[in-house]
Amino acid sequence: MERYKGKYAYLLMTIPAFLLFFIFHTYPALNGIFYSFTNWRGFGDWDFVGIRNYLNVFKDSRALDAYFFTFKFAVFSTIIVNILSLTIALGLNAAIKFKNYFRALYFFPNILSILIIGFIFNYIFGKIIPPVAQSLGIEFLSRNILGNPDLAWFGVVIVAVWQASAFNTIIYLAGLQTIPEELYEASFIDGAGKWKNFWNITFPLIAPFFTINMVLAMKGFLQAFAIIMALTGGGPGRATESISLIIYRGGLQGGEFAYQSANAVIFLIFLVTISLLQIRFLQKREVQL
Amino acid sequence: MKGKKINCVITFFIFIGSLFILFPLYLSITTALKTPQELAESRLAFPVGLHFENFITAIKMTDFFNALRNSLIITVSAVSITILTNSMVAYAIARNMHKKFYKGLYFYFVSAMFIPFPIIMLPIVKQTHAMGMDNPIGIIFLYIVYGLAFNIFVYVGYIKSIPLDMEEAAIIDGASTWVVFWKVIFPLLAPMNATLGILASLWIWNDFMLPLILLTRRSMMTLPLVQFVFRSQFTTEYNLAFASYLMALAPMIIVFLFAQRWIISGVTRGSIK
Repeated sequence: MERYKGKYAYLLMTIPAFLLFFIFHTYPALNGIFYSFTNWRGFGDWDFVGIRNYLNVFKDSRALDAYFFTFKFAVFSTIIVNILSLTIALGLNAAIKFKNYFRALYFFPNILSILIIGFIFNYIFGKIIPPVAQSLGIEFLSRNILGNPDLAWFGVVIVAVWQASAFNTIIYLAGLQTIPEELYEASFIDGAGKWKNFWNITFPLIAPFFTINMVLAMKGFLQAFAIIMALTGGGPGRATESISLIIYRGGLQGGEFAYQSANAVIFLIFLVTISLLQIRFLQKREVQL
Repeated sequence: MKGKKINCVITFFIFIGSLFILFPLYLSITTALKTPQELAESRLAFPVGLHFENFITAIKMTDFFNALRNSLIITVSAVSITILTNSMVAYAIARNMHKKFYKGLYFYFVSAMFIPFPIIMLPIVKQTHAMGMDNPIGIIFLYIVYGLAFNIFVYVGYIKSIPLDMEEAAIIDGASTWVVFWKVIFPLLAPMNATLGILASLWIWNDFMLPLILLTRRSMMTLPLVQFVFRSQFTTEYNLAFASYLMALAPMIIVFLFAQRWIISGVTRGSIK
């Protein structure tokens, strides 16, 4: 085969993409790392300050609170989303009426802007639920939970779950459809019950889908931004400020360009570590099952 | 599953669950059609008359058609250029994975999937501003570049599964690598083009972060960003706010109503790959 001509064609196909990706992705990332060792405010002069920004992030209660909130929110949302969407997927995969109609409906939240969903739920939490809860005598819901510093985080979880379950359900459904029906028939002859079937056949066979869903959901929730902007704006007080939110606010509006760059580097390490730990742990489980 | 009898209990629970999905939509539609007086009487009841004037006011307030046009231009151009270019890059990589350079390139692109956006956010604002790219053209460009990481990952996996026979036959007939890609490979990629096109459309159409940091001028803003900016102006006029939200959601809802089967099967295909 004459590949001589092809060699240049392949280079022409990839080099521009490589350069553009470097200029608009790698370079700004390196730039961020560079400025994290300075005291630049985003304008004016700057000096090198060594690792001072990094040390300050660990002493900054606003940053630490944001890490704590984001992690708590992401863990709860990931777990609830995966339990719920696996349950829904099992339901949608069963012999139900109007199957295609329901499948489309359960996917519907995924096509909507999370920002606008946040606005709508902000209204639901503030104006719809409290009067209903009051008339039913449910104490903790009779005031806007987004206005309560101790409960607001759970309001964010509810909205995150409402939307994210749609995508995870579709992936679980795809996984369930890869399981051959004969496996269940064989186990039916053995007299195994539904519950046993799920743990012995279904769950092990969709383990790779479980891994993907857990990792992607966690990664997405740790970067939560639009949902917070729409639902709480980080409030009440600073109770629901996510990491992305303080990097955006401090870095672009608060003159903390260098400081928040250091925070972003820490966030990068935080996120990659969690993702890798999840992948290792879950893939080990896949093999064992 | 064929011939099995319908499970009524599960159908019932699935039906109940679907009400939770429909409720926010019901609330948005009814609120948008009410007058403030009606809203004060009951927030949940069905509207008495259909007050479409809320929509007209909201269109005027937010300059809806301008934002719609911006969103359409950005999404349609970014998605189509993404499909045309990213597939080509992936093809060159997939067919040369035995070479160090291309293998390195593959891992370079794919590893970027783990880089969170906040680390790029602050520098890219300065960089695009300095380069005069803080506008719709610049944002289209960034979407195409940032999509590479995920798209290369999916395309390369798919292209590897396409047998070499047809390409070799075309090369023997004297076709260049370009012709092979556009005439032989690209048509075969149709299912993946659809999948990645759908995922990119959903991402770009609904994205809030990049428009927020790059599109500062009102005339350039996309639909989600306009909702964010005008939120304070609606204050307590919930009927206007909801009319505006609903119109911002409507284009995607309409597309979904007509193409839901195609969209869902496209997304499913992506997850099995």
